[in-house]
Amino acid sequence: MDLQGFGHLLISGTWVTIQLALSSLLVGLVFGLTGAAAKLSKNPIARWLATGYTTLVRGLPELLLVLTIYFGGSQLLMWIAGSFGYTEYIEIGPFVAGVAALSIAFGAYATEVFRMAMMEIPQGQWESGLACGMSRSRTFFRIILPQVWRLAIPGLGNLFQVLLKDTALVSVVGLNDIMRQSQVAISSTKEPFTFFMVAACIYLLLTAATTAFTMFMERAANPAARGNRG
Amino acid sequence: MANAPTALELKDIHKSYGDLAVLKGVSLTAYDGDVISILGSSGSGKSTLLRCINLLENPSRGEIIVGDESLELKPAKDGNLVAANRKQLEQMRSRIGFVFQNFNLWPHKTILENIIEAPIQVLKQPKAEAIARAEQLLEKVGLADKRNAYPDNLSGGQKQRVAIARTLAMDPQVLLFDEPTSALDPELVNEVLAVMKELAEEGRTMLIVTHEMRFAKDVSSQVIFLHQGQIEEMGPPDQVFNHPKSKRVQEFMASHS
Repeated sequence: MDLQGFGHLLISGTWVTIQLALSSLLVGLVFGLTGAAAKLSKNPIARWLATGYTTLVRGLPELLLVLTIYFGGSQLLMWIAGSFGYTEYIEIGPFVAGVAALSIAFGAYATEVFRMAMMEIPQGQWESGLACGMSRSRTFFRIILPQVWRLAIPGLGNLFQVLLKDTALVSVVGLNDIMRQSQVAISSTKEPFTFFMVAACIYLLLTAATTAFTMFMERAANPAARGNRG
Repeated sequence: MANAPTALELKDIHKSYGDLAVLKGVSLTAYDGDVISILGSSGSGKSTLLRCINLLENPSRGEIIVGDESLELKPAKDGNLVAANRKQLEQMRSRIGFVFQNFNLWPHKTILENIIEAPIQVLKQPKAEAIARAEQLLEKVGLADKRNAYPDNLSGGQKQRVAIARTLAMDPQVLLFDEPTSALDPELVNEVLAVMKELAEEGRTMLIVTHEMRFAKDVSSQVIFLHQGQIEEMGPPDQVFNHPKSKRVQEFMASHS
């Protein structure tokens, strides 16, 4: 099925969507972990900043975030660059703007998922790491984070599902993802039902793959539950 | 053991939580090979004292000396003492083994991985060497067949024996036991005490906070009775158990025998 010659266009759109989703996931995870660490930190300024971040971002529509970063971001960057005497035109591409907006949104929700998971880890897990002479950071990365991860994967899987669908929003600023490519195909073939159905099937395939991958990760992160009794 | 070198010395340890003074100046010396049991009713500060030794709890005042090295402390904003030198603290902690009441094994790692983690990460032992040593220790605590199991699949007594093996893997100068059998079902207590007794007979230096009177009487070289954050009585087991001078200790012993 070459879909009247638009098949390759949709495939390239799928690839763009996947790249956008995975890049936003990676950056968003960093935001989420940082946000959670800040929320649980002893430093009141860090806590205040993280609370501001999650409250603000979770209170805004993702579309507004995408538009603000794509259009407003260029203006802001030029204004900052201008104050350093740099006057060339600066443009944030739709892909970068998309990753920025989606990862900021993902990070805000992931902050809560990670924070809850971190609070589930008993203090004794920290203590037994420290008591062996491990540093705080080594204890965090070797002992705490793998357990946080295990608890956070189901919640993160849900968030990623939402993120994957939110990538469609970035089509409004001209990114050639599945959504936009199917609209391009529709405008020349005048067959909206066919192409929206094709787009729907691609999204469903991607979300189904995500669900399967999340389940795989849950199992991989939880070897003890597989009943290994040595 | 007064002729042996000093393994651990605590000088005038104080600890307060706000207005509540939990430790009011405790000093003690453990010589190499000493097994010191710390007794007292709950709230007497026993566990807090033990946790102050490796700074899981920050004392308000006092000095901690391991071997001939004094732990460098500095006052923090909240009035407690914190380590002045992070590297030194980590190094000293690696020489002080700590066995927790709740085991605190790492559930995402196998039994073997639990034991080799710190030797590899902290002591920088080669992996093969750490594994060989871990296998010996598992043999010693009678759990060689559990090396690939996960903590959640073990009984409480088995978990505590693994926790002891994990601590021994660091080859510590001093072993601290914080009520090691208090979280166990009664029928599992003895298997843990048997391992601890073996360690005592090997001549390891141990500080044990415990409610197991018969065990304490059996293995200790010194017994300390804490009351309201101070040492009420200290001496060889025969003195503290059979001829206590303090009336409070007499009452305690009467109600615990």
